[in-house]
Amino acid sequence: MTNSEQDKHLLEGVALNDRKVIESIYRDNYPMIQSLILNNNGNSDEARDIFQEAMIVVYEKAISGSFELHCQLKTYIYSVCRRLWLKRLQQLQRYGSLAENVEETVSVEEDLEVHEKHNADFIMMEEAMNKIGEPCKSLLDAYYIQKKNMQEIAVDFGYTNADNAKTQKYKCLVRLKKLFFAQFKNGL
Amino acid sequence: MNELLLIETVERYLKGEMTQKEKDFFEDIRKNNPAIDQMVVEQTFLFHELDKQANIKAFKHSLYEVENKLAEEGIINKSQLKGKAKVVFLWKKYKRNIAVAASIAGLVSIVTTALISSYNNNIGKSNITYLIDKMQVTEKKVAQLDHTIKEKARLENPTNPNYRATGFLIDGKGFIVTNAHVVSRMKTIYVENNKGDYFTAETIYTDPVLDLAVLKINDTAYKTVYNLPYSINKSNSDLGEQIFTMGYPRNEIVYGEGYVSAKSGNEGDSTAYQVSVSVNPGNSGGPVLNKNGEIIGIITSKNSSADGVVFAAKSKNIYKLIEAAKKNGDTSNIKLPNNAGLKGLDRVQQIKKMEDYVFMVVGN
Repeated sequence: MTNSEQDKHLLEGVALNDRKVIESIYRDNYPMIQSLILNNNGNSDEARDIFQEAMIVVYEKAISGSFELHCQLKTYIYSVCRRLWLKRLQQLQRYGSLAENVEETVSVEEDLEVHEKHNADFIMMEEAMNKIGEPCKSLLDAYYIQKKNMQEIAVDFGYTNADNAKTQKYKCLVRLKKLFFAQFKNGL
Repeated sequence: MNELLLIETVERYLKGEMTQKEKDFFEDIRKNNPAIDQMVVEQTFLFHELDKQANIKAFKHSLYEVENKLAEEGIINKSQLKGKAKVVFLWKKYKRNIAVAASIAGLVSIVTTALISSYNNNIGKSNITYLIDKMQVTEKKVAQLDHTIKEKARLENPTNPNYRATGFLIDGKGFIVTNAHVVSRMKTIYVENNKGDYFTAETIYTDPVLDLAVLKINDTAYKTVYNLPYSINKSNSDLGEQIFTMGYPRNEIVYGEGYVSAKSGNEGDSTAYQVSVSVNPGNSGGPVLNKNGEIIGIITSKNSSADGVVFAAKSKNIYKLIEAAKKNGDTSNIKLPNNAGLKGLDRVQQIKKMEDYVFMVVGN
């Protein structure tokens, strides 16, 4: 396989949440990113964080369907991590320019902007979920996030039948919906 | 229709569990009842968000598992002490944490404060039940608002902006500079001039390190301005130099004056000044001018624990920003203004000439 065919295969794997593919991307790229961050005022925990975030950026691109890499996946990951790290350094007010090898980079601004928006949505949903309280949170989590079926849920939560659990689920959904959209609408 | 029933119906509709007859009936209702149609749209969005949430969580789960496996193999460093004695290492780490904590506590970007204060007001006062009732009222109001806006057809007000900040023209073709932390929080960006006209805008380049961003007004209603009266200073300003700034801490332009109090910003950041001027959330991105009407900086942040400690990015960073934008393939050919149209005028005249070029940046 040529490089680009291989990258394409990897991206497809990422989109499908294929653990083997994720592992091979880690094996091929992690050491490079780890040394970038360790050499630039960071520690190994931060390296893990940054790499994880970059993987999520790759994932978001991969599932968007329209993803075409204009460079090698390796270069892309490096560029994303570099940008994320610079940003983090700035947030932490640890100044200093990056001491790095002359690694090739590509512009990833746009992708990161998209990623930040996704991230904001993610947090918004997470907050709404945290605010609806129990048992609503676990109930919705079980159905919509863990994708369990209503029968299982009824048993897990101790409802006498799936229909009762379902009614409760809809009640919870109404609350979630209100909280979620309230965050959009309750601006200034 | 009762809301519970509706939400159930919508879910079945979206999952394709309806019979054709039911579906036709429901689509008919949607067409004839805008409120229900709106609910379907909202709910579709919510399900979509929930789905995304589920996928990302599943993906993160895989990442953790892979990480743990590779950490066992030694490919990923565990959080470990490297080389140095434990005490020293911990102290170093601790010291840094303190510094980080201190700077986070102390330095709040102006736009953030705005967000946090309004947010707390909302949750602080009410319990959940109350909150929900309140939302229903708000929802109705918003629905009405949406409706009126659609009727007017022409965009006059961005719906429910969450953030407000300031920006100013650096090229009459519609290029505006503001802070990167401002636009990073906005999905849709609008700018408003002091006459209350709104224009849509887009980000064309941001530099989070300089904390600056360039926006372009992409609204056809915007008319190019020729000869911006000011220039953008390339050199450093001196301590004690008198300065003034204009911005939108409220829905109306606000003037403030002060002086340059230090040649470096937060923690010795040489790309910024410390200035002494009164600013509030919403001032982020506002221009700082000297007595000759040259732009010397951009208001960025303030120290929330000390009075009158405000940081402004130096204006020469704008040149860097434009340069970097060009390198990254921006072809808009921005020409920075170089006029001395404000020099020698008294302050009131300077403000009058200047205020047309300072915009409110709002978004959600």
